[in-house]
Amino acid sequence: MSEIILKAENISKQYRLGLIGTGTISHDLNRWWSKVRGKDDPFLKVGEINDRSTKGESDYVWALRDINFEVKRGEVLGIIGKNGAGKSTLLKILSRVTSPTTGEIKTKGRIASLLEVGTGFHPEMTGRENIYLNGAILGMTKAEIRSKIDEIIEFSGCERYIDTPVKRYSSGMRVRLAFAVAAHLEPDILIIDEVLAVGDAEFQKKAIGKMQDISKGDGRTVLFVSHNMAAVKSLCSRGILMDQGKVVFEGDVNECINFYGSRKTSINKFAHKKKTHILDNVRILDIKILNQYGEKITTVFSGNKIVFKFKILKENFKDPIDLGIGFYSSDDTPQFHCSTEVIKKPYVLDSDEFLSTLIIEKWPLIEGDFYINVYIRSRQKLLDYIKEAMWIECEKGDYFNTGVVPSWRVGFYCDYDWK
Amino acid sequence: MKDENWLYTISSKHKLINLNFKEIWRYRDLLLLFVKRDIVTLYKQTILGPLWYVIQPLFTSVIFTLIFNNLANIPTGDGVPAFLFNLAGITSWNYFKECLTGTSSTFTKNQNIFGKVYFPRVIMPMSIVVSNLLKFGIQLLVFIVFYLYFVFVKGANVLPNINLLLLPLIVLVMALLGLGFGMLISSMTTKYKDLTFLVQFGVQLLMYGSAVMYPLSYFEEKLPNYSWLVEYNPIAIVVETFRNMTLGVDSFYLDKFIYAVVFSILIFLLGLVVFNKTEKSFIDTV
Repeated sequence: MSEIILKAENISKQYRLGLIGTGTISHDLNRWWSKVRGKDDPFLKVGEINDRSTKGESDYVWALRDINFEVKRGEVLGIIGKNGAGKSTLLKILSRVTSPTTGEIKTKGRIASLLEVGTGFHPEMTGRENIYLNGAILGMTKAEIRSKIDEIIEFSGCERYIDTPVKRYSSGMRVRLAFAVAAHLEPDILIIDEVLAVGDAEFQKKAIGKMQDISKGDGRTVLFVSHNMAAVKSLCSRGILMDQGKVVFEGDVNECINFYGSRKTSINKFAHKKKTHILDNVRILDIKILNQYGEKITTVFSGNKIVFKFKILKENFKDPIDLGIGFYSSDDTPQFHCSTEVIKKPYVLDSDEFLSTLIIEKWPLIEGDFYINVYIRSRQKLLDYIKEAMWIECEKGDYFNTGVVPSWRVGFYCDYDWK
Repeated sequence: MKDENWLYTISSKHKLINLNFKEIWRYRDLLLLFVKRDIVTLYKQTILGPLWYVIQPLFTSVIFTLIFNNLANIPTGDGVPAFLFNLAGITSWNYFKECLTGTSSTFTKNQNIFGKVYFPRVIMPMSIVVSNLLKFGIQLLVFIVFYLYFVFVKGANVLPNINLLLLPLIVLVMALLGLGFGMLISSMTTKYKDLTFLVQFGVQLLMYGSAVMYPLSYFEEKLPNYSWLVEYNPIAIVVETFRNMTLGVDSFYLDKFIYAVVFSILIFLLGLVVFNKTEKSFIDTV
């Protein structure tokens, strides 16, 4: 069982930013000249860490830098990380769509990827013809597909349309059909990237179920990339956390997900990165999270009072504005939402800058890391929106003021009484 | 742990010639399915359908006959109907042209598919060459129909000769030339798109230099200083040979023919090497 089926050694990938066009020839010639003289590629030295939000010096960035990992046969490995951490690049290299700049990957099995389903569907051909074509593109032989075609059609749930050109399909049907083909692949190593984000709830359930069958039942090796932490948790046994092109954590999947949560360093620090300003004169300048004594906190206990102080800029803007704040758990599940709109208390003040305060008398969430999305609206129009503005840690507390901490670990607390 | 028995390695370093024939063979079903796709879908939602294969060479031949033979008085040899002469030239030229233009956009046209899944990329241009074979077959059939018409109804004095046995080789040479040049161009267009424009009118120019609408001997007689242009053009040799074996006109020189065969193999190998080198990372530059 412990045989290593895939081994990545010092994988790096460099990309050139900006337009390819002017200067490409000169760089190519430069590269060629160094090669002729037997020297290293000069542009390999100038790469920078791939940080999307800051302006860099160089045209070259490292999407991946010295990635090393091993995968054992039968293992389901989850790869997690923020957008731009290099997950997809890694998968592209693994599935041989592109080659690494340095390093190598050794494998003992055939790799098939499910990067984006529906690749190579031809709109003019029928569903059945497309199953054959798509299956062959993904690496199946005709005979293999023929033996599974009934199963595939049944799984897709598109039986009625199977002899109709795919161009007549709804987008949902197309995805179902494509996923059905891909799910019946039988490679030694299967790479899955975000495919679970497709289809309706019923089909998603079916898809996750199929994934579980593939990984658990058949003992297939699977590399699974997703932002859906719940899916990663339920499917994977081991995890790799990537950040800025590097592997920052490798180990048990639960530890990996926790580590990912804890790395969201902006706990009780206002993050400016994901802002979408519509207007310059109306926006959220700062947010503070305080406890009942007015002290800044990073951790809140359930049942405690929590205060959010917003510093708002409102220059030359006469209309009343509404504020809203949404609470999300670290796997992006919405928890609850507080806005001035639903309680009909818009801000009509006329000052250029003011402080607004949201008070939650008894914090209802139980444990884990949560983040907030905040926004300003005026007359149903969005003026400012900050995604993942702040993170707050949450721990179980004495919600009912009885000295008894409830054993219930997920969901909400609420006030109640028994008579 | 034994490290020797890796199935394959994904690496930044590539050998110059890295052809995995075993892998191509494993994907043979894909090649056939691509061929089927090309053939089935090309004329979907057209009324005339595959008739277009027939119409195009016929009309071109008629126009060529009018312009080059009736107007410009280019001779086509003793007793050989000009129309048949042109049809022969176009039939053979077309196959090369279709292979070249079809394969020359392999990377740019398929970047969607190539960017997501791996299969030996060379399957794609190969499938184009194979599916064009059907087109060529239909056009050859048309040629044969008119051939028989001219021989038996019009009593034209045309005779095929023993060289007809070389026909499969001729087709292969045309396929290799089209594929080789196509793969070269396709590889180069991933970074520099200029070539796409060149292909469009370059192919047209090449036709005039490939003895399609005139016999090579006539060109040598009229423009002796430039005759090497056509003489060493392998496609011109192919076209001439095709007319020689079917109509009994034009010259056939074994040495030239061997030169064309060798040339086509070399260009095919060169194309394959460049194509293989490009496919590793073209997705980053396309």
